[in-house]
Amino acid sequence: FKLNLPSHSDERLSESVIAAACARVGQRVLHVDRRSYYAANWASFTFNGLLSWIDDNKVCTYFTLLFITPVNSFKQQDQEECAPLAEDQQILSSDGEPQGEEQLSGSAPTQAKKKKISYTKIVKEGRRFNIDLVSKLMYSRGLLVDLLIKSNVSRYAEFKNVSRILTYRQGKVEQVPCSRADVFGSKELTVVEKRMLMKFLTFCLDYEQHPEEYQDFTERSFWEFLQNNMLTENLQHFVLHSIAMVPRETHTEEGLRSTQHFLRSLGRYGNTPFLFPIYGLGEIPQCFCRMCAVFGGIYCLRHSVQCLVLDKESGRCKAVIDTCGQRISCSHFVVEDGYIREEQRKGVEHKHISRAVLITDGLLLQSESEQQISLVTVPPLEPGAPAVRLVELCSSTMTCMPGTYLVHLTCPSSGSAREDLQPVVSRLFTKPASDGSDERPAVLWAVYFNMRDSTAADRSGYDLPGNVHVCSGPDAALGSDHSIRLAQEVFRQLAPHEEFCPPAPNPEDIVYDGDGGQGEGAGFSEAAQAEEGAAEEAEESKEKEASQESSPVEVGEMPDPPPAPLAEE
Amino acid sequence: MQFSIYIIAECNMKLMTRDDKSLLYNVGGKEGVLDEEVLLLTQQLLSSNPDFATLWNYRREILLHLETVRSEDEIQRLYEEELSFLEACLKVNPKSYGSWHHRGWVSTRLPRPDWARELSLCERCLSLDDRNFHCWDYRRMVVRVSGVPVDQELQFTDRLIGSNFSNYSSWHYRSTLLPLLHPGSPETHSHRVCEEQLLKEYELVQNAFFTDPNDQSAWFYYRWLLGRGVCVCMISCVYVSREGERVVVAFSRPALSVGLLLVVDGQPQQVNWRSAHPRLRHSPMWICDLPPGTISDTSNEHNLTVHWTERHTHRDCALYTGRSESWCRDSATDLELFRSELSVEKSSVLQSELQSCTQLLELEPQNKWCLLTIILLMRALDPLGYEKETLAYFQTLKEVDSMRTSYYSDLCSKFMIENTILKMEYAEVRVFSLCEKNLSTLCHLDQLLLVTHINLSSNQLLGLPPQFAMLQCLEVLQADDNAIENLEGVYHLSKLEEVSLRNNNITQLSDLKILTTCPRLARLDLRGNPITQIANIQSQLAELLPSITELLL
Repeated sequence: FKLNLPSHSDERLSESVIAAACARVGQRVLHVDRRSYYAANWASFTFNGLLSWIDDNKVCTYFTLLFITPVNSFKQQDQEECAPLAEDQQILSSDGEPQGEEQLSGSAPTQAKKKKISYTKIVKEGRRFNIDLVSKLMYSRGLLVDLLIKSNVSRYAEFKNVSRILTYRQGKVEQVPCSRADVFGSKELTVVEKRMLMKFLTFCLDYEQHPEEYQDFTERSFWEFLQNNMLTENLQHFVLHSIAMVPRETHTEEGLRSTQHFLRSLGRYGNTPFLFPIYGLGEIPQCFCRMCAVFGGIYCLRHSVQCLVLDKESGRCKAVIDTCGQRISCSHFVVEDGYIREEQRKGVEHKHISRAVLITDGLLLQSESEQQISLVTVPPLEPGAPAVRLVELCSSTMTCMPGTYLVHLTCPSSGSAREDLQPVVSRLFTKPASDGSDERPAVLWAVYFNMRDSTAADRSGYDLPGNVHVCSGPDAALGSDHSIRLAQEVFRQLAPHEEFCPPAPNPEDIVYDGDGGQGEGAGFSEAAQAEEGAAEEAEESKEKEASQESSPVEVGEMPDPPPAPLAEE
Repeated sequence: MQFSIYIIAECNMKLMTRDDKSLLYNVGGKEGVLDEEVLLLTQQLLSSNPDFATLWNYRREILLHLETVRSEDEIQRLYEEELSFLEACLKVNPKSYGSWHHRGWVSTRLPRPDWARELSLCERCLSLDDRNFHCWDYRRMVVRVSGVPVDQELQFTDRLIGSNFSNYSSWHYRSTLLPLLHPGSPETHSHRVCEEQLLKEYELVQNAFFTDPNDQSAWFYYRWLLGRGVCVCMISCVYVSREGERVVVAFSRPALSVGLLLVVDGQPQQVNWRSAHPRLRHSPMWICDLPPGTISDTSNEHNLTVHWTERHTHRDCALYTGRSESWCRDSATDLELFRSELSVEKSSVLQSELQSCTQLLELEPQNKWCLLTIILLMRALDPLGYEKETLAYFQTLKEVDSMRTSYYSDLCSKFMIENTILKMEYAEVRVFSLCEKNLSTLCHLDQLLLVTHINLSSNQLLGLPPQFAMLQCLEVLQADDNAIENLEGVYHLSKLEEVSLRNNNITQLSDLKILTTCPRLARLDLRGNPITQIANIQSQLAELLPSITELLL
């Protein structure tokens, strides 16, 4: 088979954006995914799905420490040189000890009177959960939101405002005043503090205009700068940990930049700077996949690439061979960092992210409404420990069943996820067995795992053909700017003269040109077409509109596709 | 076709689509027809242009007619449809007068109104635009008719202010609710709020102006909280002069002389009251001349009473033997006349408010609202003690808010005059001297009724206003080194003997004509005025003012 199209493997955020952007400008896109679900590490799982994911990844039932391990192997073929896809051995050691609270959840905490949600109930209502492997929020004025709006992809999803920014301070959880209304309403701050905070935040909003305010601190830390600004201890905590969300030693200008980023996103959609997609973050790559499909992208799930076919002279990748032995020609190949074998890496050292997902029975900070989406910043509990970021989702985000809360904990790893996050969990939460006297919410179920943070890597870090593009996996940052920026860069290389994700026409403006579009699917194996169908079904099952859009069609008002690059043989 | 003419006059034909025009023609043709077909026609027209009052009126006529021929259930359904149609109209134009008015009308006609629904509609509209005053009006109507408890409404304002405190409407609504919910004690004025609640409000509003000191709405509410003194209308002074047999009555605030009655030694007098200056129709001061011989004999004692029947009040004044004049009045200090800008009773409250504001000023030295509030608080607490600080703050205010320099100058002048009056009262003298204080305006002149000597030299006065004529006892006027060009207020000052106006801006002889009303004027100093350049001015002046014995040019 010969196909002249950029081929992608997996759809994480970056990849799905690249795929959508390529399809949008008329490139032919083939998505190949080893798994039966979309979005890989960006996926959202039902509770039961998460359990089998844990199983799949052969991790301890209660504490999972894993990294996704593709199982492709090196293969020589003809006289061409094949660049193998790597098996990733990066499995961190698991501490594996069965833990009290998680075991409890298995045996259903019947003795707890105040909480009535049992493990069996959770399993039974498992479909109500949409548990993300990565935990992120969308900055209202971040690149992702801008892109969703610009490309019209936003219509495929719905969003909720993060309603509160909380922090853990002096042994208790309290609300961080960050917007004008919060500062006004705060009970924690004195009026003078209110003024100081507002003054400081107003300055941060356009700090570049007032270099005299911080020029003496460019070589010093943001922490020192805050102290020098006569902010009280209260305010230093709020600004450093909850608004700038940076470690103490961060340079002043970087701290100011982070603060500004936070503040600029305030007030666009609500009183906090963040949005969260209903049904979880896994929706976002899916939205881009939809866009890609609308513009002719083809999806093959449960299918993977075995090896790449390289041209000896140019050293470029000209085709891939899939697990069925089919050869698919391509002009570009986009792959996630996790698939790259150690031999292809040039001393790239990976950092890791420690993650935990908890199902709890109550809000960390009570309020009038049960339905709150909160970002909780927990500063380092002891010197040297990482700051932990916690996102608490309520059932109206459609990520957990009513009466429960889904809590995501994230921090850069310094040890195992358990070592890093358990101290925070034990301070903020209690066990379901405890008597009613404890105000803290109880953990009904928990999983800990580590993920690789490959953001630090760039092109030069890999020994790969020029037309093989590597996307990094999820990173520890709260926003998704990195993934979007990366997608944009890769797209520039793929289609240097095309616009990145121009607005898609509204469905009613699209003119379908009979059945001529089916021709694009020609040349695919039956299996591939079956997968394509499966993709459609999956979308339909999500009750999304217009399933026919996912079949390759010609679209009205589209620029002509650029001439397809020739395969070199 | 009266009706059609209205329609044509009301709508801009150019803006209408062809469809709308033909619809309109149809409506015009249906004049007098009150059925559902016309209801439908007008609906089509109104949905694209909801500000079409005549069509709304037509609909009301139809609906009223249908009320008489349909069952209650049908009417309920009809009006409910009307409400959902109106909702669509409000989506087209959320500030349409016609739609909101019609909604109000429909809501009151509805057999079984659903007020909760209306309240939530308002809430939704206000969450989209919290300053939509149409919606505020409509909401107040709903609240009134459906009897929503006041405390619930107060919570509503809490919520709106909590989400955005830059909202005059919410603050104002609050100011109307608080006196109902937490009335002040009966002896204080009815529009006041009880002390305990007042302290909570101070805290709330301080949170707002500390969070954003440049937001005006909170400062305005703060001014409301601090209150404004209510000046009770009364007779503040009665003055009698044997010479000229004249009685002067001063009120605490300008009024007409209607119902003013003078009784001398038990005899009602037939007198003509005139205001101090013909240009003052509402005047705080009224003057009358007694019939010749009534009180001219110095060996007689007289008792005068002025009744003010309009206000059911009166004031006595005794003129003793041998005295040439007499008066009866409250002193300015007794009345605390000039604290009336703020009416908070307890100075401890004011003191702590002053502390908070001073604290804010340290953080925001350029904030005009804060500066102005501090000045007001200082004046309410101790106008003389804080005089120096007040002047300094005024100076800063003029610098940071240069657009309002004149306003601040006038306000400062007013306060300086008040202070000088207080000082004069404490010293129990009849000399008023206020030099080199950058006075730009004159006020409180009714308080200077008894002053015999006034010195206003070295200020920035441009004239002596009509109110100046209230200085009925004035003998010597000094106003050198100003920029005075008119002397309008030097009018019928029967005791005025000496006027010094050196270095002012008097240019024409006609400017001085008013001085002919002052019969005793003997000395006039006009050196340094442009008028001195006129040829023959000396002889012209001698002719104009024959009483003058000493003229300096």
